[in-house]
Amino acid sequence: MVATTIDRARTARAGRQWNRTTTDNLWALVFIGPQVIGLLAFSALPLAAALYLSLTNWDGFGNQTFVGLNNFVEQLRSPDLHIALWNTFLYTLISVPGGLILALLVAMGLSNIPFKTVYRVLYFMPVVTSSVAVSVVWLYLLNNDFGIINTNVKAWTGVELPNWLVDSHWVMPSIAFMGIWQGLGYSMVIFLAGLANIPVSVREAAMIDGANKFQIFRNVTLPLLSPTTFFLTITALIASFQVFDQAFVMTGGGPGKASYTMVFHVYQLAFVDFTFGKSAAAAMILFAIILAITIFQLYAQKRWVHYED
Amino acid sequence: MATTAVVTRKYVAADAAHKPISKQLETIGLQVVLALGAFIMAFPFLWMILTSLKDSSQAFLIPPKWIPDPWAWENYPASLQALPFGIAYFNSLYISVIVVTSTLLTASMAAYAFAKINFPGREMVFLLFLATMMVPQQVTIIPLFLIMKWLGWVDTHLAIIVPPALFSAFAVFLLRQFIRGIPKELEEAAMIDGCNRFRTYWQIILPLLVPAMSALGIFLFLGSWNNFFVPLIFLNTPDLFTVPLMLNQFRGQYTVDWTLLMAGSTIAVLPVLLVYIVGQRKIIEGITLTGLTGR
Repeated sequence: MVATTIDRARTARAGRQWNRTTTDNLWALVFIGPQVIGLLAFSALPLAAALYLSLTNWDGFGNQTFVGLNNFVEQLRSPDLHIALWNTFLYTLISVPGGLILALLVAMGLSNIPFKTVYRVLYFMPVVTSSVAVSVVWLYLLNNDFGIINTNVKAWTGVELPNWLVDSHWVMPSIAFMGIWQGLGYSMVIFLAGLANIPVSVREAAMIDGANKFQIFRNVTLPLLSPTTFFLTITALIASFQVFDQAFVMTGGGPGKASYTMVFHVYQLAFVDFTFGKSAAAAMILFAIILAITIFQLYAQKRWVHYED
Repeated sequence: MATTAVVTRKYVAADAAHKPISKQLETIGLQVVLALGAFIMAFPFLWMILTSLKDSSQAFLIPPKWIPDPWAWENYPASLQALPFGIAYFNSLYISVIVVTSTLLTASMAAYAFAKINFPGREMVFLLFLATMMVPQQVTIIPLFLIMKWLGWVDTHLAIIVPPALFSAFAVFLLRQFIRGIPKELEEAAMIDGCNRFRTYWQIILPLLVPAMSALGIFLFLGSWNNFFVPLIFLNTPDLFTVPLMLNQFRGQYTVDWTLLMAGSTIAVLPVLLVYIVGQRKIIEGITLTGLTGR
C-alpha cells in the first residue's frame, strides 16, 4: 500500500519532469529558431558556398568548372593581390598603433580635467558620422588646388605640400590619417572606461612609494589597462584589414592602384570583373590573414595582458 | 583602508599646493593641447557647413573667407533637387528602424534561451554563433548575393533588411551576457505563478533588458545607418538608395562643384550630428557599454 503510493508519486513526478523538459526544449527551439535560421541561411551556408566557389571557375553565368586550388595559387601570385595586401598592411601599420597611442594619450589627458564632456562630444563626433560623408569632406580639405590646407600653406610659407590623394606615396598614409581621425573617439571612450576602473588607491600607493609619473604610468596604469588595450587592438586590427569605404569614395583605388586595398580587390574581382571564384579565393586569403593575426594576438596576450583575478 | 585613502589624498593635495604654478601651467598646457585636438576633430565639419553656404567665388579665397558673405542658401535647394536626398532619408530611416527592432527581438529571444533554458546541444549551437563572429563580411558577400539573386531580392530593400534582422551573433552574445546576470529566483517566481516561458521572457526578462537593449540598439542603428558596403552591392536603383549611397552618387556626378558637394554632405550629416549632440550622453555610454561587454 505504502509502496504503491510512493511509486505512483514517483512516476507522477517523473512525468511532470519529463513534461517540463520537453516543453522547455520546445520553447528553446522557438526562441532560437529565427536566429538559427538566420545563422544557417546568411552565415553558415554562404561560408560553405564561398569555400566551394573558391575552388571553381565561375562568372555567375554558365558552367562551373572545378579547378581545385588553382584560384588560390593564381591569387597568391597575382600582382594585384600583392599591391592590395601591401596597401592594407600600410594602412594597418599607421592607423592601428597611431590611433591607439593617440587615443590613450587623449583619454589620460581627459580623465581629470574641466570641460571633459565638451571634449568627449567633439572627439567622438566623427565616430557617429558616415564614412562616405567624412570621405567627401576630406576629399575637399586635402585637395591640392582648392583645399584649405595646401593652398594656404603654399600662400603663407611657399612650401608645396604633397598632393595627398593624388600622390601615390601619400595616398595610403592620408587615408590612414583619416582613419585615425575617424576612429580616435571610439578608442578614447573605451580607454576612458578602462582608466575609470583603475582604483585611485593603487596609483596613490605607488606615489607614496616614491614612484614618479612616468613610473606610475609604466608600471601601474599600463598593466592594469592591458585588457582594454588588448580588446581595442584586436578590434582595430580586424577593422583595419577591412578598409574599403574611404578608398572607394575618395580615390577609387587610385592613383593607379596606390590605394587598392584587400576588400577593394575582393569587390573588384566579384562585382566588376564577375570572376566569383577568384574573388572567393581572395576573400578566403583575407579571412586566413585576419584569423592568423587574431590567433597570434590571443596567444601573445599571455605575455602582456594582465587580468585581475 | 578608507582612512589611508583620505590621508593620502590630503597628502597629495598638500603636495600639489606646494607647487601651484607648475601645476597650473601643466593644466593650462593640457587644455591647450586638448583644445587643439578638439579643433582638428571639429574643423572638417565646421568647414563643410561654412563652405556649403558660400558661392564658388568665396569658397576658394586665400586667405580663406570664414563667414559667408552673402550667404548662399541656394546650395541646399539645388542639392536636394539634384538628387532625391529626401527619399534616401526615408529609406535609411525605415530600414534602420526595422533592422534594429527585429534584431533586438530575435537576438534577445535567442539570448534568453542560451542563458536560461538548458536544452540539449545548447553549448554547441552557441559555439557556432561565436565562431561566425570571426568570419568577415567580405567572405560571405558573394554567396549572399547569389542567394538574394535566387530569391529575387537583389535591388530591393529586403536584401539589406532580412539578413541583419535574422542574424546577429554579436547581439546574441551581448544580450546573453546580460541575461546571465539576472538572478534565476525572479524567473522561478514567475514560473511558480504559472507563467510559461514566453510570458517569463516577455514580462520578466525584457523589461530588465531595457538598458542593455537601448545601448545595443544605438550601436546597431549607427551600424545600419552608416553601412555602405552592403547597400552598394545590393542596390542599383537611385530611388532605393540609402543616405551614404546617395551621397556617393552625388560625389560621382558633381566632382568639382565643391560648394554643392558640401551642401550635400551637410544634408547627409547634420541631422545625425544634431541627434548625437542632443543624446550624446546616452549614445556614448551605449557604445562604450557594447564595446566593454564585447570584451
